Amino acid sequence: MPELGPFLLEARGVRKAFGTNEVLKGVDLLVAPRELVFLIGPSGSGKSTLLRCCNRLEEPTGGTIRIGGTDLLSPRTDINRMRRQVGMVFQSFNLYPHLTALGNVTLALRKVMKRSRAEADEIGMDNLRRVGLAEKAASYPGELSGGQQQRVAIARALALEPKIILMDEPTSALDPELVGSVLAVVRDLRDAGMTMVIASHEMRFAREAADRVLFLDGGVVVEEGPAEAIFTAPREERTRRFLHQVRH
Amino acid sequence: MSDWDRFVSAFLNVNVAARYWPDILAGVAVTVLIGLAVVVTGILVGLGLAVLRSLGNRFANLLIVQAVDVLRSLPPLVIILVIYFGLPNVGIALPSFVVLWLSLSAVLAAFAEEVFWAGITAVPQGQWMAARSTGLTFGQALTSVVLPQAVRIAIPPLTNRTISITKNTALGSAIGVSEILGRAMSAQSFAGNATPLTIAAVLYVLIFIPLVVASRSLERRYAWRRR
Ligand SMILES: Nc1ncnc2c1ncn2[C@@H]1O[C@H](COP(=O)(O)OP(=O)(O)OP(=O)(O)O)[C@@H](O)[C@H]1O
Ligand SMILES: [Mg+2]
Repeated sequence: MPELGPFLLEARGVRKAFGTNEVLKGVDLLVAPRELVFLIGPSGSGKSTLLRCCNRLEEPTGGTIRIGGTDLLSPRTDINRMRRQVGMVFQSFNLYPHLTALGNVTLALRKVMKRSRAEADEIGMDNLRRVGLAEKAASYPGELSGGQQQRVAIARALALEPKIILMDEPTSALDPELVGSVLAVVRDLRDAGMTMVIASHEMRFAREAADRVLFLDGGVVVEEGPAEAIFTAPREERTRRFLHQVRH
Repeated sequence: MSDWDRFVSAFLNVNVAARYWPDILAGVAVTVLIGLAVVVTGILVGLGLAVLRSLGNRFANLLIVQAVDVLRSLPPLVIILVIYFGLPNVGIALPSFVVLWLSLSAVLAAFAEEVFWAGITAVPQGQWMAARSTGLTFGQALTSVVLPQAVRIAIPPLTNRTISITKNTALGSAIGVSEILGRAMSAQSFAGNATPLTIAAVLYVLIFIPLVVASRSLERRYAWRRR
């Protein structure tokens, strides 16, 4: 486990309610630099909502969130500037269908980072190469497999050189034979020292790669610890029941 | 005289045609220019209104929706006549071709707003999230990610609407715009013969067939492969 220096992502007591339905009831998510944290929990437990709060795609109704020491929720914080530092990868890829793979990766470089087209293309190609898809640069999302689309989406997040990447079930929309290619990219990122929070039910991968696992249920963190401990000797009955369900 | 001869002399009378076709032809420029002006104005205003609506201001949206509903439910001829005969009573006298242009542009803008709005809402929420998560502002996400997709979704219904509303330039004949039909109708009453109307019909076909064909290739060009 990496040493726990100052946290890169420091979310404390995060609450989120949709109307009267409180989905997050005071969640702490502390992530150290270079750490890979897995978020598991049943459907509706608030995993996606928590991740979206961490770049303010959802507005938390309570709590504090700091990224690299900067208060994400302060009105003085330039949210678009912060979002560049927090990469996001979605379950359904959300690639832009009217742009090529390279166009997807370079859009924010050009519009947000104000890079020239040539510079952006160079950075974009570097990142497509990193996910093994340089030769698909000119393909449109509709011409790519699900696994390839998700890798382009990862390249799109990487291109902005984020401090942390949040992934919301990055493999659960994929056919089983395509999952490996995406996990291989995640493994490379971890080996390169990228800080990541991943909501996922890829238990085997979590055991192999995760530094820490958080089990979320009913809007609270029920249990957290090293992957090995959570999977082999969960302390909480709810964790045990959940793990039993996903395995069978 | 056989039935066929009677038919030819009523609708395809060579003498009448020879006498009146230059005058009717002169209406082509008027029809085409007003038609183009309506297409450009109507589509731009419609797109602008749809974008305005996406900003989510409740008061503005209420106004837009009401105005659009009214414009969509009124027959275009009623709008044209009300403006043409009504405005002079409050001291505003507009030339008839301006009234025609404004009325049809308003009708097309109303339909275009609905079509563009439907296109914007048809773009999945995930596209907004992906764009905003990379630091794009609302405006950048709208112009670079959402509108390009919304416009593609809008093109097929929009081309159909555009063509059917542009054809309504013929309604200008009711307020004396000297476009194709207006000229053909006065020629018809002078000559007491329907041949000028036949000429008008032929001219409309010649103008609008290329538009129909162009719209079809536009639809093909902007379709992209989806899974
Ligand atoms: N925009 C929204 N409006 C209202 N309720 C919402 C909204 N987004 C999420 N919810 C509710 O919040 C709860 C948590 O949803 P969330 O998507 O965070 O769960 P999850 O853990 O990601 O589940 P899954 O494994 O199915 O993805 C659910 O009950 C959901 O219905
Ligand atoms: Mg989810």
